Formats: sequence, structure tokens, C-alpha cells
Amino acid sequence: MHPFTYQRATTPAQAVAAVAPAPGAAFVAGGTSQLDLMKEDVLRPSLLVDVTALPLTTISALNGGLRLGAGVSNTAAALHPEVAARYPAVSEALLAGASTQIRNMASLGGNPLQRTRCPYFRDPAQACNKREPGSGCAALQGINKVHALFGASNSCVATHPSDLAVALAALDAQVQVTGPNGPRTIAFPDLHRLPGDTPQQDTTLAHGELITSIDLPAFTGRSHYLKVRERASYAFALVSCAVALEMEGQKIRRARVALGGVAHKPWRVPAAEALLAGKKPSEKLFRAAAEAAFADAKPLEHNAYKIPMGRNLMERALLETSGLQPLQGPAGTAFAASVGGVSGE
Amino acid sequence: MVEATGKPLERVDGRLKVMGAARFSAEWDVPGLAYGAIVSSNVAHGSVRAIDSAAALRAPGVLAVLTHENAPRLQPMPEKVNGSLFRGEGGITETRQPLQNATVEYAGQPLAVVVADTLERARHAASLVRVTYDVRPPELTLEASTRRTLPETFTGNQDEKLQVTVGDPKTALAAAPVKLTRVYESGITHHNPIEQLASIARWETRNGAEFLTLYDTTRGVENLQEVVSSSLSLPKDNVYIICPFIGGAFGSKGWMFAPPLLTAMAARVVKRPVKIEWRRQDMFAVAGQRAATRQTLSLGAAPDGRLTALQHDTQTHSSQSSGYTEPCARVSRMMYAVPNLGFAHQLHHLHLPSPCPMRGPGETVGGWALECAMDELAAELNLDPVELRLRNYAEKNPETGKPWSSKHLRECYARGQELIGWSKRNPKPRSMREGNSLIGYGMATTMYPAARRPAAAKATLFADGRALVQSATHEMGNGAYTIFRQISADGLGLPVEQVRFELGDSALPAAPTSGGSATTATIGPASLAACRNVLAALKQLAIRDAKSPLYGATADDLEARDGRLVRKANPAQAEDYGTILRRAKLPSLEASGEAKPGEERENYSFYSFGAIFVKVRVDELTGTVRVDKLCAVLDVGRLMNPRTAHSQIIGGVAMGLGAALMEETQYDPRSGRAVVRNLADYHVPSMADTPDIQVEWLNIPDPHISELGARGIGEIGCVGTPAAITNAVYHATGRRFRSLPLTPDKIVQG
Ligand SMILES: Cc1cc2nc3c(=O)[nH]c(=O)nc-3n(C[C@H](O)[C@H](O)[C@H](O)COP(=O)(O)OP(=O)(O)OC[C@H]3O[C@@H](n4cnc5c(N)ncnc54)[C@H](O)[C@@H]3O)c2cc1C
Ligand code: SF4
Repeated sequence: MHPFTYQRATTPAQAVAAVAPAPGAAFVAGGTSQLDLMKEDVLRPSLLVDVTALPLTTISALNGGLRLGAGVSNTAAALHPEVAARYPAVSEALLAGASTQIRNMASLGGNPLQRTRCPYFRDPAQACNKREPGSGCAALQGINKVHALFGASNSCVATHPSDLAVALAALDAQVQVTGPNGPRTIAFPDLHRLPGDTPQQDTTLAHGELITSIDLPAFTGRSHYLKVRERASYAFALVSCAVALEMEGQKIRRARVALGGVAHKPWRVPAAEALLAGKKPSEKLFRAAAEAAFADAKPLEHNAYKIPMGRNLMERALLETSGLQPLQGPAGTAFAASVGGVSGE
Repeated sequence: MVEATGKPLERVDGRLKVMGAARFSAEWDVPGLAYGAIVSSNVAHGSVRAIDSAAALRAPGVLAVLTHENAPRLQPMPEKVNGSLFRGEGGITETRQPLQNATVEYAGQPLAVVVADTLERARHAASLVRVTYDVRPPELTLEASTRRTLPETFTGNQDEKLQVTVGDPKTALAAAPVKLTRVYESGITHHNPIEQLASIARWETRNGAEFLTLYDTTRGVENLQEVVSSSLSLPKDNVYIICPFIGGAFGSKGWMFAPPLLTAMAARVVKRPVKIEWRRQDMFAVAGQRAATRQTLSLGAAPDGRLTALQHDTQTHSSQSSGYTEPCARVSRMMYAVPNLGFAHQLHHLHLPSPCPMRGPGETVGGWALECAMDELAAELNLDPVELRLRNYAEKNPETGKPWSSKHLRECYARGQELIGWSKRNPKPRSMREGNSLIGYGMATTMYPAARRPAAAKATLFADGRALVQSATHEMGNGAYTIFRQISADGLGLPVEQVRFELGDSALPAAPTSGGSATTATIGPASLAACRNVLAALKQLAIRDAKSPLYGATADDLEARDGRLVRKANPAQAEDYGTILRRAKLPSLEASGEAKPGEERENYSFYSFGAIFVKVRVDELTGTVRVDKLCAVLDVGRLMNPRTAHSQIIGGVAMGLGAALMEETQYDPRSGRAVVRNLADYHVPSMADTPDIQVEWLNIPDPHISELGARGIGEIGCVGTPAAITNAVYHATGRRFRSLPLTPDKIVQG
């Protein structure tokens, strides 16, 4: 760990004013991503501006939807009755992530901005363009089991690890930010970017831009999140899938599907969504949509398993969201989200 | 008085641990402490061209930077320590002494120690050290290795030959009416105890001589004292080692000596006590590991399933400077009645960190291969897997011909079948389904060699009626404090509350490294011997004291009971220990005792046995496996404490479950660096992965192992579990998986 200055802001303006002019400055909220990476010498900020004292810790109604303050903890958001009842995909994604202790520390603003779990990124002795632009990408010819199927480049094949982000992308949440040039709104699917030649840049946020809230739009359909992981709890997704389904009578009016663990950002699948619109839910339809979603997948040496896994998972997520198959646990809980469930009878 | 041994006494150190009052090695408050941080190699093979410490030395608080150029010189690692072969093929440890030359043999090898006045400053300065290398291409796979050997023995033990042929397995295999040959592969795994490695070293001058105190995360104070004193050219008595608590070891913390040596060197250079706490990342390079294996199993059988031949050949790896060889045939060599038996081990020296024992060394992955092959044979013959094992039940050790000291494995199979509901399953593979999941049942035999080693103990009676028993063994979560207190209380005829047991200190009577599930069988009898001896001395005091009601009796007339010496013929004549001591004006009375295995070892083969039965749920579409039921029925001799024993077994089983389903450390195929180096991405089973594990015991005392009748329990839970799970996954899916761990990527189906 390198020496740094620590400062606590009490207003968003103060936080932005502290970070924006200093190229080496960063915000810190729960610190569960930021501090871990500093201890591993991956991040070396010169100034940390603590945003946990900002007045951004409430959940309130907004135009038929909900405004979730960026400082709300993952636990508080997941257990909020309105979130759990109206946006079960959000609660499911949050509760299927990390551990209780980490969720208590973690914030909604920090979660989508956590860095990749690409193991090479976390080892300063390895080549990694995301950590050190121009050094190369060790994962390309290394162990790339947890890496991307879609949208990767020769510079970087990392995936984004957040569960929440996948649910927010499917729900078309909006991100409110404020920065040196004032406030703006970002559609959630546009928050993260593909690596291209600049994988060091995870998102479209400018340096010093602060997330103040995540807004969930009015939504009366069903939503659901499913996650496959290597152990039954406390593991990042190998592949995950969020579905937001709106029906009109027997037919699907609009389906939005986002995949996790397959790309540098939550991966919306427009071709599959188009295929679903206006059709009656069926196993066959969902299978076809899943096939369409993975048609362009480009596997690396160790991650081809994600194609069948992802297809099967997406089909199941659609079956469960539409009610053709039962959820594996109460909606809005980790049990509903966890493929395979818990060991024991 | 009721015997304490065998009772489910609560863990005596449980409260201390929960309250944070148990002091672990990194927690000793030593005045004037400085802190060391490690700079380790980025590359796996080559040599250090230069180490530039200038920036680190300029950083605030830095006291010194030790490198191979300026570090104190060490003597070579001893050839043998306390009977274990250290050097050479089959030797147990890494023999490379740290910071003695520029050679780099694996990534993560320590290259420098930065010492500063705070931990943060040390770690920061360590990141400023610049190392340049002359890099050579590393050999990282079995295919790539150019140095291959055939070690003769495991750790120099003549009873553990690694290349063995009994009968003529080759001819018998060729002639067998039914035969199969299968290749099984297992990946590298790490012990990952929750407590990381840590040492504190303090040098003093006593009577003009140098004296070193080490607080270290070791489960072998004796070995460490020997290695440190000989490496630093000190008399053995000038090295003192303390370790009253270990936060888990599982095979680590016993055989890797660079961490305490580096700490001692650093403290000597800065002339202050130094602490080095290793980071979790470092543990993937310096703490040992279970090596990967590629095992070829050939079974030949008669049409009725009786084995005629068994050949078990292992390819495994070690580092460049360790001869450690995963002894994969430990189960094959003894489990079944097979007349033609062969096994071989080929060791590949790679540019990877040194392996060392890990819970069930050899047995866990070797037993997995054997018990999976037996399941395959059962399927081939259309026989129930339990029936196949019964048809090959070994009434004596097939390698040595010796009878078992005690074996009740048939009862284990029978009870395990009942517990799991074996008869209710549909034996046809891929025939049972619930919702999205295929259901499968599987079983495997488990075992563990029941070792016993020489040890000593000391017992002290105090005039206030309390007692202390001591031996240089270890508490690593195994329950040592608890059961040796129970055993000692019975040995002294005192209630457990009045007896303390002390361990983890090199000044105490000698005990071997805690390992090999041998601690109970080793330390229990030594404690009893010390207790007997102190009571004998006490009897003499009473007998010779004219004021005692026991005056004039013979030792045989007396027995110890409820804290009193009692005349057997007339129990009204009795006197409590304290009174006898006080009248003799003795604040305390002490005696030592020793115990060691005897000729029973020539006459019998000592093993624990058991059976593991599991029920799994496999969601093939997503590749996930969950264990819904797991029953372990064990024949481990007499139980010392069912509560701590239960913890040992469920811990072992959970570790076996991890090996089966999720644990693996991959090394980058080009750089040789451990790819995953943290506990978020290296998965050990969570609570949600472990069902309510049912453990049952036969609790039949072993008549030959020792007066306690107890064999060990540390590893047997781990050994059979991976095979039982793998076999259950076969029963569920009809697909054989021959590569550990069974992660979702391997199981998922289009
Ligand atoms: C062991 C472990 C397991 C985990 N498992 C999972 C999992 O299964 N699923 C999952 O989704 N996550 C998982 N996580 C990640 C965890 O959920 C995130 O680290 C956490 O949500 C980040 O929130 P934070 O408040 O701690 O962010 P911090 O660590 O404080 O910050 C993260 C990033 O966000 C920036 N930041 C923080 N707040 C703001 C803001 N308001 N505006 C702009 N920038 C901001 C920081 O500068 C930093 O770059 C795991 C983490 C750990 C350590
Ligand atoms: S995939 Fe991206 S994050 Fe991983 S090593 Fe390559 S550049 Fe770095």
C-alpha cells in the first residue's frame, strides 16, 4: 500500500471539488473494492475522498419509480420492502452477491464501479492493460476461465463482476451523477463501456464525477435474477442473467434481458429481446431467444463452457420469470437467485 | 469419580478463542518490535540480476533491506530431522535456504525482506524495491519437465516405499477376465488455514551467548528448533520456540522453514525484535500445497469381482529444491485383498512452489482415484459398489501380510447404507430426477494409517490440589488442550477442572510435529506415563510419612481416586494430594514420563477405517452439484471426546467436499505465478455447500495401539469424501468425471 491522504466530504459538491482537480484522487464509499485493491498495490491513489457522510442514504419514491441514494448499503437496498416487492431482480442480485458483512459495508454507488475479478488485474507482477496501459494482457494466453464471450478486444478480455449492475441494465435504471461540469443522467446500459484500446476505463464517467443516485423507473412487470457460481454462496457469478418481463394478456409486450459474467459490461441482448416481443411464452421460444443471445459468442481457451451454461441459464431465467417454471425460492431472496440452491435436504 | 475420557467435554479453549483472548503467533506484544515485508520473485525461473533497494532505504521508517547479497549466511538444511528425511528425493521439505544466492526456482520465492518501524511503512517500502532478472523459461507442467526421478521412500521411511511390486501385477492384469485402466487427474490445492503464517523473532545475549526466541505459526516446535539452530549455527538450547495456538494448519505450518528463518535473520540485522506476517497472497507460494497428480489405475478382476491385480502409477511434481512426493498409493497398498499389487511414483521437478503434506497426503487424491476405479469396476460388472468392496475385503494387510490391529469396516458399510437409504435408490445411473436436478448416490471407503510416535510429558501436582501436565505438542483446532486435559485428569485421578494442560513450547518435554493423525495416540500415552510417575512419587511420600494414614503401605496397596490416595483394602484410610504435599513442605511434585510404540508395530498393521455415503443433486444444465446428504461411519478406535471428534470429522469431510467440487490453484502457464491468490476467488466450501454431515462411530477400542485404545481422527473424514461425491455424480448423470475438482465448467451440458 502506498501513502495517501484521506479526506471526508459532507456534500456532493465538496466531494467533487476535492477529486476533480487531482488526477490521483478517488472516491471511497464502503471500500470493499477500493481498499482491497490498494492493499494489493493495484490502485495507488494519492487522495481518498470518503463519500459515506454525504446525504445520499435514502430510498424515496420518484415518478412511479424509486430513487436509491448512492450511499444506501447493499443490504438496506436489498431488504427495502418496495425494492423487494417491485424490483425483485434487484434484491435477488444484491443478496446473491458477496457476504452479509460485505453487503453491509458496500454501497449502491460503489457496487457498479467495483473493478474486474480478472485475476491478472489483481497481481501487479502480471501484464495487464487495465492496470497498467500498454503492458499487455496476460489473460489472453493465460487462464481465462472467468473471462468474456462478447465485446472483448485484444487489449482486454475481462468481465464486469457486479450482480446488481446486471439487474439494473435489464431494468433500464438511470444513473444520476454530478461532476465538475454539473449534473447529468446516464442510462444504466451506457454506464459501462467495452474495453477497446482503453481498458483502463471501465465506465463512461469522467474523473471526478460522483454517482448521487440510481433511479429505478416505474415498472409493473416481473423481474428476476439468476446466477451460477462455483460454490453455493459467497462467489462471483460464472454467468448470470437478469430478466424484466412485461406482459400484455398472454403475450410478452416487452422483454429485457441482461447477461452477467460474459462481457466488460452487463450484456443486453437486443436480438433476443426482439425475438421475444409480441410472442406467447414457451419453452421453445425461450430456447430460441437464448440461442440468439449467444450466437455471436467468441470463446477463449478456457471459457467456452459459458456458452451452454449461459444459454441454459437464460432459458431458465425466462421460464421462471414468465411463470412456466417455479422460482427456486421466494421472489426477492438469494434463494430465488441461486442456481443449484443450498446443500442439504 | 466418573472418567473424563470419552465424555463430550466442551473445548477448553473455545471461550478464549471466541473472546479473542487466545494469543496467536502474530499477536504477541513484544516491546521494540519492527516489521518485515517480503519482496518475492515475479518470475518462476532464472536468477536475480540486480536488486535496487535505494528507494526503499530512503523511504520513511526503513531500517534495513536484506537480500541475498547482504543477508546473514545460513548452514544448509539438515539431511534428516528427528527421523524424517529432509534432503533428497522423497524428502519432506524445501531445502532451499532463503536469501543465500541469486537463483530463482519459483514465482513468489522470497528475494528480499524490508524492515521498517511500522507494518505499513515496511510494505510500502517493499513495493519500492526494484528487482531485475535473467529469466529462463520455466518448466511448469508434467509434460514440460526435464528433471524426473523415482523416489524410493516417502520421507525416508522404510515402511513407506514408493516403488513396490507384490506378486506379478503385469501378468495378472494381462490374464484378468475383467480389467480396466483409467487415468485420474487432480489439481493443486492449498491448505488455506484462516491464520496466515507469522513469526516474531527476538535476539538476546544471555551469559555472553546469543539466544533466539521465536513466536511462530508452527505445529512442530521440536523440528523448528532443530532447523533454526542448525541453520544459524546456534546450540539447540539457545533457540526457544513458542506457539500455544494455531489457527488451522491442515498439513501446512510444519515443513516450510523459510518464514521463521527470514524473520530471525531480519531481527539479527536490525538488532530489534522483528515480526513478519505473511499476506494471503504469499501463502500460495511459501506455505506448501498439495501437488497435482496424474494417476493411472489398472484393476484386474475375476468375473465375480474378486481383484486379481491392482497397479497404481502416479505422476506428480515438486519444486526444484524439494523431493516431496505425494504418496498416492497409500490406500491402494492396503485396502483390498489383491494378490498382485504394484505401485510407482514418478516425481517431476518443476518451477513451482514446494508441495508438502495436506490433510490426507496421498490418501485424499490417491484414495479418490482408487475408489473411483472401484466404482467403475462395479459398474462394469453390474455389481453393487458396496458388494464389490465386500468381495475384496482384506482380512490382513495385502502388502505386508500382517493382521490388522482392529478392523470393523463391514459394520461401517452396513450402517452407512442404512443412514443414506442405499437400498431405496434406483441403482441404475441417470435414473433419478427431482425438478431441474438429477439425483445420485455414491459411496467410498475411507481409511487412515494409525501412526504412533515416541513422546514425553511432564506432570506436576501442586499443594493446592491442582495439577499441570505438559508436552510440546500443538493445538491447531484439533482439540488437543481439551482431550489431553481429560486424559491427564483420569491419569491423575482428578476432576478435569483441576487439571491444566500446556503445549506449544520447545522448553516442554519433547513431542513430534503434530500431524499424520498421530497426536492422540502419541501424546495420550506419554501424558498417562507422566501422571503415573508423579502419583508413584506421591505414594512414596505418603508411605514414608509417619503422620500419614497411609504410612507403611506399599505402592500397590494404594490407588488414586478423586484427588486422594486411598488404601484399596480400606478406603476409609485415605489422604488428599494437597495434604500429603503440604506436610512434606513441598509446593509441588513433578515427574516426567515417556511413551513410545513397541513391538506391536511389528505384529500388526494399524489403520482406521470408515465408509462415506453421499446423496448429490446435479443440475447438468448449469453444471452445479450440491451434496444433500453425507454420512460418515467410522472405526477409529475408542473416542476420547465425541464433541471435538465430531468437529474434526465434519471439518475433514468439508475439506474433502472442497477438494471434490471447488478447490484448485492454477498457475499461469507462462509466468508460473499462482493465478488466484485470495479467498474470494479460491473457493473453500461455504456453509451453504455443506449439508448437515451425519457422523457415527463404532467406538470400539483398538486393543493394540496403546492403553487408550484410540487411533487418530484428523484426516479420515477428508480421505473418502471426494470419491464418494464423484461416484454419486456418476450415479446421477451416468457420466464419469476423472478430473478434480468437479467444477460447473466440466459438468455443464449443452
Ligand atoms: C470477497 C468479496 C466478494 C464479493 N462478491 C461479490 C458478488 O458476488 N457480487 C457482487 O456484485 N459483488 C461482490 N463483491 C463486490 C462488492 O459488492 C463491491 O466491492 C461493493 O459493492 C463496492 O461498494 P463499496 O461501497 O464498498 O465501493 P468502494 O470500494 O468504496 O468503491 C468502489 C469504486 O467505486 C467508486 N465510488 C464509490 N462510490 C462512488 C460514488 N458515489 N460515485 C462515484 N464513484 C464511487 C470508488 O472510487 C471505487 O472506484 C465482493 C467483494 C468482495 C471483497
Ligand atoms: S483481461 Fe483485462 S483485466 Fe485481465 S489481464 Fe487482460 S487487460 Fe488486464
